[in-house]
Amino acid sequence: MNERAKSILTLAILGLMTGTASADVIKVGVIGTMSGPYALFGANYKMGIDAWVAEHGNKVGSHEIEFIYRDEEGPNPAKSKALAQELIVKDKVQYLAGIYFTPNAMAIAPLLEESKTPLVVLNAATSSIVEKSPYIVRTSFTMWQNTVPAANIAFKNGARKVAIAVSDYGPGIDAEAAFKKTFEADGGAVVEAIRIPLNTTDFSPIMQRIKSSGADTIFTFLPAGPPALGFIKAYVDNGLKADGVKLMSTGDVVTEIDLPGIGDSAIGMLSTYHYALSHNSPENKAFLASIVKNGGKIEDVAMTGVAAYDGARVIYKMIEATDGQRDPEKAIATVKGMKWISPRGPVSIDPETRHIRQNVYLRTVTKVDGKLINKEGDTVFLDQPDWALSKQ
Amino acid sequence: MRTALNIATDTLAYGMVLFIISIGLSIMMGLMRVVNLAHGAFAMIGGYLASYAIRDLHVHYSLAILIAVVGTIIVSIPFELLLYRRIYRKSDPLIQVLMTIGITFFIIGVVNFVFGPSLKTIPLPALLSGPLDIGFRSVPTHRLFVIACGVATALALWLLIEKTEFGIKLRASVDHSGMADALGIRTEIIYAVTFALAIGLGAFGGVVGAEILPIEPFYALRYMVTFLVVVSVGGAGSIMGALSASLLLGLADTTGKYLAPEFGEFFFYLTVIVIVFLFPHGLFGRSHA
Repeated sequence: MNERAKSILTLAILGLMTGTASADVIKVGVIGTMSGPYALFGANYKMGIDAWVAEHGNKVGSHEIEFIYRDEEGPNPAKSKALAQELIVKDKVQYLAGIYFTPNAMAIAPLLEESKTPLVVLNAATSSIVEKSPYIVRTSFTMWQNTVPAANIAFKNGARKVAIAVSDYGPGIDAEAAFKKTFEADGGAVVEAIRIPLNTTDFSPIMQRIKSSGADTIFTFLPAGPPALGFIKAYVDNGLKADGVKLMSTGDVVTEIDLPGIGDSAIGMLSTYHYALSHNSPENKAFLASIVKNGGKIEDVAMTGVAAYDGARVIYKMIEATDGQRDPEKAIATVKGMKWISPRGPVSIDPETRHIRQNVYLRTVTKVDGKLINKEGDTVFLDQPDWALSKQ
Repeated sequence: MRTALNIATDTLAYGMVLFIISIGLSIMMGLMRVVNLAHGAFAMIGGYLASYAIRDLHVHYSLAILIAVVGTIIVSIPFELLLYRRIYRKSDPLIQVLMTIGITFFIIGVVNFVFGPSLKTIPLPALLSGPLDIGFRSVPTHRLFVIACGVATALALWLLIEKTEFGIKLRASVDHSGMADALGIRTEIIYAVTFALAIGLGAFGGVVGAEILPIEPFYALRYMVTFLVVVSVGGAGSIMGALSASLLLGLADTTGKYLAPEFGEFFFYLTVIVIVFLFPHGLFGRSHA
């Protein structure tokens, strides 16, 4: 090789190296439920992230950001772990995000520290997830966060004897524990606590039990979809609504997606939640407009869309702080205490728990212009932490 | 006493829903020897058609049921001609299961694409909605309608199979299809009509049962096990079997929920195990050795 060829080669190599340093691509692996019964929530991850990217560009400084989506399918920890491993090893992602189901998040947690990959959880709502790794940040919600205000407001509104009916699985049991603890501390009594098997289709017997318990209010948590619909129908059809027994839940039961299906029997139902599609703020209007501009439909927007939009913001901040280098310590330290105005209202990342602090609103199902919405009232619980993690 | 009456009422209502949806599957398995895992998928198509007819075309509930049943049968015709016809009575169970589960996934995909992933309700007419006071408690009016539908279906099927000429031909084709053919019975027509009947019953059940088993794209998979359990406990092809199995399982489930809800589905499956242990061919099933 002569001198000339050598220098050209050296130049070429140098050129390649500087090229990668200035216009590198930072990959973010998003694991969500893209197919199956929960596909809409996975689609919301993409809608939320697309909305964020459309507003803020696909570059942070000189770094190009690329989101890679993988299908979590259902509660399947082994599969999620394999997906995360593949994303980390093969695709060399610098950040992970997503995860709809708690067991899947638990399975991924041990991989994070070893591979120095921060994970931004966009849904999975069991409190203890953030304790499984110091590299986990969560922008969704927890059952405790939304249930404690429900118990407070129930007591304040005059409920004294409550029947709790929840689906018999992790979040349901969390909801039961949170409600019972808070409501009894306030001075109320829990007269009946029923755990309903997940595949229950006939809720009539449960309504009869509640009726004979003499409760004045029912608190419930069930997965959105057929169980929620069946429960509310049974509540109306067995005459409990007519008897003046009140029904309360977290917002998971009366999602805007299911409200048209549940129909007018849901009118008047109270729920506490961190995000209502009808939330009245310029940020929410802009968020929804940007969803529509990117081909999404308003009636498909769910809480995971907002969590993903905010999650993308957190990831952009981490990339900016580390200047595209793999430095999870610095990335996580930067977002601790981070504050911003989300489409759901003012939020911040709790520096202690790395879980999002946010307002929880009391909403009433109301018909406005022929459409059922969760109308937020004046009752707002400001800056709620995850009550299970926080000592306060 | 009051609790016993409550349990009896709920058992009857829930049992009848199970019966209406499962009887079509029972006929399919007993008479055509096809394990039609896509039965729930056809019931779901019925539900979607009824929901569409009422919500978008604004027709009356009774007309919507008719549209659903006829529409689902029309949808099922290509499946019958191209696929099911080949597997009546003779083929290996594995082929049947693979084919019908494939059809199920296909229908779920199409329905999800066309109607979207969310729940669809079938609005009830004013006459059937809301609670009705029956003295010692109030029950959903719709449940009484379902009970009446169940009784009517059972009676009509019994008359059809036991008392009409079609029933005689059907039983002949089932018992010995070769001999029936030789005697001039057009067995393929008998089978096609029976297939349509089974699918139509599925669609009917999907519509009237929608209050308890709401219509959504994964309906076909979600309730598949329940339908199969009713048929295997009752004995395939038997109307009495399906009826008594539905009521027994409804009783086990409802009693469990009243008295010991923390046991979940335990009593339901315990009943299934005990019955299948004592009657391996189901309560009223015949062995097809």
